[in-house]
Amino acid sequence: MDKRYRPGDLGGFRDSARVRMLSERIHASYPGGTHKIMEVCGTHTMAIARYGLRGLLPEGLVLLSGPGCPVCVTPASVIDAAVRLSQTAGATILTFGDMLSVPGSDSSLEMMRSKGSDVRVLYSVYDMLRMAGEERGRQFVFISVGFETTTPGTAIAVIEARKRGFRNVSFLVANRLVIPAMDALMRSGEVRIEGFLCPGHVSVIIGSDAYRGVSMTHEVPCAVAGFEPVDILLAIDDLVQQIGGGRHEVSNLYSRAVRHEGNIEARHTTDTVFEARDAEWRGIGSIPLSGLALRSEYEEYDALKRFGMRLEQVEDPPGCRCGDVLKGLILPPECGLYGTRCTHEHPVGPCMVSSEGSCSAYFKYRGI
Amino acid sequence: MCLAVPGKIITKEGDTGKVELGGVTREVGLQLVPESKPGDWVLLHAGFAIQVVDEKEAQATLDLLEEFFEAEMEDG
Repeated sequence: MDKRYRPGDLGGFRDSARVRMLSERIHASYPGGTHKIMEVCGTHTMAIARYGLRGLLPEGLVLLSGPGCPVCVTPASVIDAAVRLSQTAGATILTFGDMLSVPGSDSSLEMMRSKGSDVRVLYSVYDMLRMAGEERGRQFVFISVGFETTTPGTAIAVIEARKRGFRNVSFLVANRLVIPAMDALMRSGEVRIEGFLCPGHVSVIIGSDAYRGVSMTHEVPCAVAGFEPVDILLAIDDLVQQIGGGRHEVSNLYSRAVRHEGNIEARHTTDTVFEARDAEWRGIGSIPLSGLALRSEYEEYDALKRFGMRLEQVEDPPGCRCGDVLKGLILPPECGLYGTRCTHEHPVGPCMVSSEGSCSAYFKYRGI
Repeated sequence: MCLAVPGKIITKEGDTGKVELGGVTREVGLQLVPESKPGDWVLLHAGFAIQVVDEKEAQATLDLLEEFFEAEMEDG
């Protein structure tokens, strides 16, 4: 095994001997009984399933998936608005790939595209600026979802659009914030979470210090984790040690990427364009100051205002327990629709649609 | 969706730069890492570099794992 870190090489963080050693260490220090920890981030959910990490942990240690998949928590009202926008003459809808097949109340962007609407998938918001410059006669609407990791880039796109004088771009803003959701889950008391595996790339932006409030208020240990198997097990090891020792601190196990203060420049960029608002989370409900909206100085880029639309409240699909999955109340197989009426081929709820949704990750790697 | 991958900055011009990522060169936004310079490894997310990878910290984590190994040998 290579003990020296070579820049850009993630091999050391995937090394099987290290994975095995950490697994043994966790087993050795596990205090026994049942303990629930929550991985807040959908990318963690995906990595835990893909690397089969559950099988390496003590039986009583339950890993719950949290509300950390941006696509999963986007309310159907936003999808419905995107679908209506896609029917507007001369409008092009731009979105990240995962949003395409998320069902709204009666359609999805993918269905609209197959009916002839102009819906395009973006890799980066830069592509939006390029398209807007090339096709001045079209209106480009970006369906803006994402957590703190994604939002600074979107803020740059808004600032650039103004700088370049583009009047043909706008944003349907459904960006969300992670800490208020963690706080709301703990406040609800519906499920007893004994530790948070904190999202590494959200933490790159907000910093490990950002969890101190939640950790202190709710006396819950927090461990910031990267996304390789060694990173995740290191953080779980830390949480198990904290649970065993009755401690509740914030640990940063992803220090090669996460500083305690985060990325101040990125947060400043976000704050220039957006401000916090109360926001709806699919299946969970409204959480105070958990979403973002364009500041009044930038409201001309608000797609709802430009097209004179409002978000219309809609019910979640009957039987779908996506909300309970996102809150950690149940694991995906406990939902009556999972694997029967709700599958990858015919997803009912967003947790089965997004590749990072917990139902999707469970379904894809079932039996591992 | 919060996936980010490491890439190496090859050149920097104003707000953007060319970054090598698994043998492919891509143009990315460097506005969020103003201190970055060619030769740095950065984490890339949706077309933007969001942080410079701290190599000393990466080594420190591997060293910590070494300590765990040694402790296990002593115990075991």
